[in-house]
Amino acid sequence: MANPVLQVENLSKRYGQVEALRGVSFEVAEGEVFGLLGPNGAGKTSTVEILEGLRSRDGGTVMVCGLDPQREPEALKSEIGAALQATALPDKMRVIEALRLFASFYKRRRDAGELLKRFGLEDKRNSFYNQLSGGQKQRLALAMALVNDPRVLFFDEPTAGLDPQVRREIYDIIEELRGEKKTILFTTHYIEEAEKLCDRVAIVDHGRIIALGTPRELKQHSANTTRLEVRLAKPETEDVLRRLDGVSDCRSLDGAFILHCQRPPQAIVALVKHLEAENNELVSLEISSPSLEDVFIELTGRRLRD
Amino acid sequence: MKHFGTLTASRMTLAMRNKAFLFFSLIMPLAFFFLFAGIFGKGRPEAVTYLMGPIISLTVMGSFWGLSAGLVMYREQGILRRYRLAPLTPADMLASSIAANFILVTPTVILEIVLARVLFHVTSFGDFLSIAVLVTVAIVSFGSLGLVVASVTNTMQETQVICQIIWFALLFFSGATFPVAVLPRIVQRFAVFLPATYLIAGLQKAMVNSTPFWRLGVELTSMIAWAVLAFFVASQLFRWESEEKLPRNAKLWAVATILPFVVLGVWESKYGTVLTESKAIYQSLSSPSGSQSTSPR
Repeated sequence: MANPVLQVENLSKRYGQVEALRGVSFEVAEGEVFGLLGPNGAGKTSTVEILEGLRSRDGGTVMVCGLDPQREPEALKSEIGAALQATALPDKMRVIEALRLFASFYKRRRDAGELLKRFGLEDKRNSFYNQLSGGQKQRLALAMALVNDPRVLFFDEPTAGLDPQVRREIYDIIEELRGEKKTILFTTHYIEEAEKLCDRVAIVDHGRIIALGTPRELKQHSANTTRLEVRLAKPETEDVLRRLDGVSDCRSLDGAFILHCQRPPQAIVALVKHLEAENNELVSLEISSPSLEDVFIELTGRRLRD
Repeated sequence: MKHFGTLTASRMTLAMRNKAFLFFSLIMPLAFFFLFAGIFGKGRPEAVTYLMGPIISLTVMGSFWGLSAGLVMYREQGILRRYRLAPLTPADMLASSIAANFILVTPTVILEIVLARVLFHVTSFGDFLSIAVLVTVAIVSFGSLGLVVASVTNTMQETQVICQIIWFALLFFSGATFPVAVLPRIVQRFAVFLPATYLIAGLQKAMVNSTPFWRLGVELTSMIAWAVLAFFVASQLFRWESEEKLPRNAKLWAVATILPFVVLGVWESKYGTVLTESKAIYQSLSSPSGSQSTSPR
């Protein structure tokens, strides 16, 4: 990759006995929107906080804008902007004050008024922080990440806990930032978010990257098969279903069976015939084309939101 | 410390909007003022002059409670986490909270002096420069004490408990409520180890005897040494997040901040004059305090 803005190689991190990261490697190019997708506890936040210079690492090399976060945290801070999980501002700080105060800490600044307009906070300009809704707080957090006009942005779970409406607003903001050629690294455990926003996605599980590519590449990788998700009235085994005509694979998940099939019509007919013969019944049937969720299930045997 | 100015201004704005802060730095000190001057001192000018020492000390000492609770709250709520992303150092954060506190507490001290003058007709406040120096040094040193407490405690509850213990020790064993002169001998022995004792003694010397500040060597040196040590320890132990673990020797460091007063206390118990001097001042006022008859034992 020519001139990567983020370089992470063989990164490892332990907390006591727990190995949070075990050899994470990836690179992000200038202007790229890169997503770390994975369940809670997969190591996404650890990765991001090491890149931001907030945590030390136990092994591997990390470069952000050509700087080592651990050795040059001060220089790094003016190059990056971030919205962390679980941060807050003082209750009685006004929106405009927060933007102005934090802008004052940097040499390169963006106009607070412009950021307010941009993030739809103009009418909240003089509101106290504790008067803002969850969505407004999150928009302010994103606006504050931009006060120093950074090269790289880190958003850690930017939409966690927000309702769908607000989530879409945040998507729009990230789309807009992409238009400005900002490099963005964000973490999420929402598949749709990763599919919609990312140029490339790394799927993280148990401290490792288990797949990395554009959303399209990842889905193609999981083959051109259609998924049938079925629930049956009586128990059945994976092996029996796997041998049905037209079915290439089957695995059980949360009491349902997911059949991978190249030729869905044959598979459905075969399934129904088999159930009739066994005196079993079909409770539900869903047909879907492969999504990142399927990629995740294929790789880990679990659903992402468990 | 590049951002000291803007941070201090921001801290002040926030404190002024905080009802708890106004209560502890304005209402409570004024309540002490009227209780001491009006009831204990029966409003007699010479008694009020004497009592201004404890009154101002209480106003100033309160700093440690506010600063430690404030810092722990910022840490618990994740506010420090946000500040941490900006190019700020622990020293920026700590110094700005002390400075903001200084600027906001000083007017209360001035108000108390003005009220003493207007309501209780106190005409002489002794050496003003001396008072100003003592008050400044005390706000910084007690503020730093608060920051040390904040750095070794993890939750608001812990902080409150420790602050209460310190507050009551300072309140009852240092001459802040009962003049050291009338305290039982055992408490007097303990009092020479408390910073508040020296602050009160210094203020009373400055007010009653007009002692210039350069003659308050013991009081000022001990408090300055303490302030420097406490600030240093607080910035070394500073944590941006509650999850950050305390170094194992942190509590030892925190205890080390009382060192100046341990040394001074030992010295004072052997050769010292602080107790005898404050007794002399106490006796020089015929019946300075209505509270003496209610003193313990």
